[in-house]
Amino acid sequence: MSHAGSFASMILAPLAAATLAFIFPRLGRWLAFGTAGAVSIAFARLTRLLLDGGVQVHRVGGWGAPLGIDLRADGLAVFMLLITTAIGAAVMLYALRYFNARRSPAEGHQERYFWPLFLLLWSALNALLLSTDIFNLYVTLELLGFSAVLLIALDGRRAALTAALRYLFVSLSASLLYLLGVAIVYTRCATVDLTLLATRAQPGFPLTIAIALMTGGLLVKSALIPGHFWLPPAHANAPAPVSALLSALVVKGSFYIMLRLWFEAFPGLITPAAGNLLGGLGAAAVIWGALNALFQKRLKLLVAYSTVAQLGYLFLLFPLAAGHEGRFTAWSGGLVFLASHACAKAAMFLSAGNVVRARGGRDEIAHLEGMSSLQPISTFAFGLAGLSLIGLPPSGGFAGKWLLLRAGLAAGQGWWVAVILIGSLLAAAYVARVLVHGFTRAPVPGPARPNSPLMEWTALALAILAAGMGFLSVWLTDLLQVGAPAILIPPAGGAP
Amino acid sequence: MMYFDDRLYLIAGAALITIGLYALLAHRHFLRRILALNVMGSGVFMVLITYSARTAGSIPDPVPHAMVITGIVVSICATGLALVLAECVQALTGRTELSDERETSEHTGARPDTSDEQHQDQSP
Amino acid sequence: MTPQGLLLVGILLSSFVPGVMIFFLKERSHGLRTGLNLLGAVVKLVLVGVLVVNVYQGRSFSLTLEFLPGLPFALGADANSLLFVTLSAFLWLWTTLYAIGYLEDSAHRSRFFGFFSLCVTATIGVALSANLVTFLMFYELLTVSTLPLVIHRGTREAMQGGIRYLAYTLTGGAILLLAVVWIQDLLGPVAFQQRGVLDAVVDSHRTELQLLFLLFMLGIGVKAALVPLHGWLPRAMVAPAPVSALLHAVAVVKAGAFGIVRIVYDVYGVESAARLDVLQPLAILASVTIIYGSIRALFQDELKKRLAFSTVSQVSYIVLGTAILGPVATIGGLVHLIHQGIMKITLFFGAGNYAETLGIHRVSEMNGVGRRMPWTTAAFTIGALGMIGVPPVAGYISKWYLQKGAVLAGEEWVALVLGASSLLNAAYFLPILYRAWFLSPPERWPAEHHFGRWETNWMLLVPPLVTAALVVLAGVLAESPFSPLAWAKLIAAQEYGP
Repeated sequence: MSHAGSFASMILAPLAAATLAFIFPRLGRWLAFGTAGAVSIAFARLTRLLLDGGVQVHRVGGWGAPLGIDLRADGLAVFMLLITTAIGAAVMLYALRYFNARRSPAEGHQERYFWPLFLLLWSALNALLLSTDIFNLYVTLELLGFSAVLLIALDGRRAALTAALRYLFVSLSASLLYLLGVAIVYTRCATVDLTLLATRAQPGFPLTIAIALMTGGLLVKSALIPGHFWLPPAHANAPAPVSALLSALVVKGSFYIMLRLWFEAFPGLITPAAGNLLGGLGAAAVIWGALNALFQKRLKLLVAYSTVAQLGYLFLLFPLAAGHEGRFTAWSGGLVFLASHACAKAAMFLSAGNVVRARGGRDEIAHLEGMSSLQPISTFAFGLAGLSLIGLPPSGGFAGKWLLLRAGLAAGQGWWVAVILIGSLLAAAYVARVLVHGFTRAPVPGPARPNSPLMEWTALALAILAAGMGFLSVWLTDLLQVGAPAILIPPAGGAP
Repeated sequence: MMYFDDRLYLIAGAALITIGLYALLAHRHFLRRILALNVMGSGVFMVLITYSARTAGSIPDPVPHAMVITGIVVSICATGLALVLAECVQALTGRTELSDERETSEHTGARPDTSDEQHQDQSP
Repeated sequence: MTPQGLLLVGILLSSFVPGVMIFFLKERSHGLRTGLNLLGAVVKLVLVGVLVVNVYQGRSFSLTLEFLPGLPFALGADANSLLFVTLSAFLWLWTTLYAIGYLEDSAHRSRFFGFFSLCVTATIGVALSANLVTFLMFYELLTVSTLPLVIHRGTREAMQGGIRYLAYTLTGGAILLLAVVWIQDLLGPVAFQQRGVLDAVVDSHRTELQLLFLLFMLGIGVKAALVPLHGWLPRAMVAPAPVSALLHAVAVVKAGAFGIVRIVYDVYGVESAARLDVLQPLAILASVTIIYGSIRALFQDELKKRLAFSTVSQVSYIVLGTAILGPVATIGGLVHLIHQGIMKITLFFGAGNYAETLGIHRVSEMNGVGRRMPWTTAAFTIGALGMIGVPPVAGYISKWYLQKGAVLAGEEWVALVLGASSLLNAAYFLPILYRAWFLSPPERWPAEHHFGRWETNWMLLVPPLVTAALVVLAGVLAESPFSPLAWAKLIAAQEYGP
């Protein structure tokens, strides 16, 4: 596969498959499989090119920026694509058994729309990760949002549709604010390309407003406090594979864009105060989200609030990566944490889906007795994923927190340390709560319906990946170094 | 004179954005919110187009035009999607407003997962 | 990976692999499960034996894997590790046998033995860790793998005990994480090294190092049941007896004590620690724990709770030995690591036997038990005498060294503490022995089971007899070159030597 082909396949293959899956619903599964294969091959090729030759750029149509659209693959993009591909494949396997047309016509109906939407989401996400200009990022972000909204609404229940509509309103208004920011940026800099912006952006009131608008929109999409209110109902009421995709991947897309904006396009314009503001909101999210999770009555809502809390950790990256030392440590720490959270949260939602499904749809935590004996694999997966959320070694969560702690101490911003540690304990509390209920003896026997082994095993596989990711952290940080933003590498004489 | 015209369009665009944003936050009816989003979008597009006229030379800058066209397409999809969803929600809940932000299953009494056949089958 | 590294990994895998396999066994596969369990235990013991022999012959063993950027995952076998590894491997074999017998009719045995094996893997990992990061990793894994064992019975009480356990140990873990990150920020990657790694910075960073020491003690002290961090231990007695035996003698509490030994000797170095004036407070804390634990034990009627508080008290002997400067005290502390292990496990085996065979859970129910179950009670007696410090049983040796070391170091008050503790030990153990041997048994036992000719299931009888024999041998043959004492002397020589 050629260089251009790799880029193109990652975006076009799922897109084409989505269209075909919509027209020929019966082929949905096969198209998904085929796409997963094509995307994996393209991804492998892209990674090889990156590791051998550094950052890869593809000028679509041969035009080139600033007029044309460029696609760029650096370490960060490939890192995110890795997570996307891995989790996408796992969720796909899960969905194969989750939607079973033979069980009821309603489920067949859902499956019919699941595959095209899933593939569309995948295509949008790949395109977002490979984009290198802020307008293209807007388009892909919108696509991502639409497919997410439809996936949430998939089963047509009242709660799901309401949550989907709320998410849509939030998403659209946030995107418009972002677009306004893009407009202002274009007027000042005459370009929308990230790398060109780095050279052309000058400090000044209009650009500050633009960055504020863009950041504001993206923060709401990333569910940072106080823009988090839409997330718990949306993630909790979606079908299990969709919840996994949303918490693991979709919500990280807008965060990724924020990273690009703050560290690549406008590094010189960001003040430490702004970083501290984001860090403060992140810290608040860590505590508030975890406390809320602790007191939820429903399992999926608990997991959704856990997402709010864990996303807060990601925002600690901003103040820490702007310190005078330890920037790359903070950067890699936040991203390793992101990867680990993606796998762990997907595993959690999938295993929660298994447990709830086996009980005929009930997901009150107080009634989870017997879970450990009836669905042992899912319980184990849940616990293992919890390990990563708490940050116990050798999980990726531990590696990420470790790096963030180190960066905090190196940069002299020790107060984030308290937040990280307290957050871990709160996470332990809500994970333990679920497990303790699950280990209690059940008075009544038998699940309402047994789960397919594939569903249990994909959840477990993701959980194991998250729990062992600490051992991959060196490789991941090496990957992230390729083409890392220049601002992270301090001037000669400083320590990374 | 050109310059003065530009300012007018910019102010109009900013005003549209503000009105749209206000309406989005203040009104609760679905249709009003969708309209508000459209108005906001129009405001943003207006800002973009105005700037395309500001370049020196005889031809306006085509890049913002391309962005606006793309934006309009996105906006149409979004509006369509929102309208259909709003209609579905109205059909299911009988209301034209989103209920309280913290929606839990206590209200609906519904089972949260999808295994039960008695749930209504509405395709979005 | 070198053959040496392979051996270390093999020792870990010998319990990890059976553990994972056991998780997938159906409940009714008794034979296979028992076979896997025992096979794993025996293989581990054999491998540990090979390790010990090779280390005695002067070969070194280590393994390094990339883990976090700049921080490797490192295993190694130094003298301290061998002490703990041998104890764990040996006692695990007998505890496994005991657990098989104890849980014969229980539910969820596959789950239990799976986590049992994981727990031992974590303990061995703690023993074999060669740097702080690896230590931290296995330390936390220990917490996680023991929780399902504590809550195994699934009752409300078990859940509450488990939650409390988790709350204490995870908080300790968080503090430990902070300490490890901080010290590595100060010094770079910290690998365990005899005499510690602090020589360069002791004087320049006094306050920081003192604060760090406090954090380390808080973090590890939870597992080592230092007062006031011991609150989880009595409640954790709700677990089945083999779990209590494991937790107290082999795994959790020992890992905590071992951790303190590592920090004081191989991170700080006992000389640097003395220069930082942190040893005195530690000694005081240990002494308070010793007395407090003994006093609380006096007032417990539930046998396991009495033994729990006894553990709280006795483990602090090890901490006390660590906190007093001088090779003699060091020897006392280290050798007590082993002695307390074998004595306490004997006592817990005995308690478990009483509960399983006769339904006895309280001291007040133990009248005349010696007549009904003489062998168990004999083993129990030996363990109790060891706790009190009666010669020539093992406990006497450790106490003797501790007292002598305290006096040599000029800390005479410690000798008083030890003396008082022995008296208290006598006060809460001798009445039990008296009841068991000299009072007449009741008409009927609370819940008697008969096991044919023997007083109880052979799998419940053999382990305490083996460990009791060891308790006697460790005391009587203390001067021989293979005793725990000889080992402790070796370690002390390396720590203090030229």
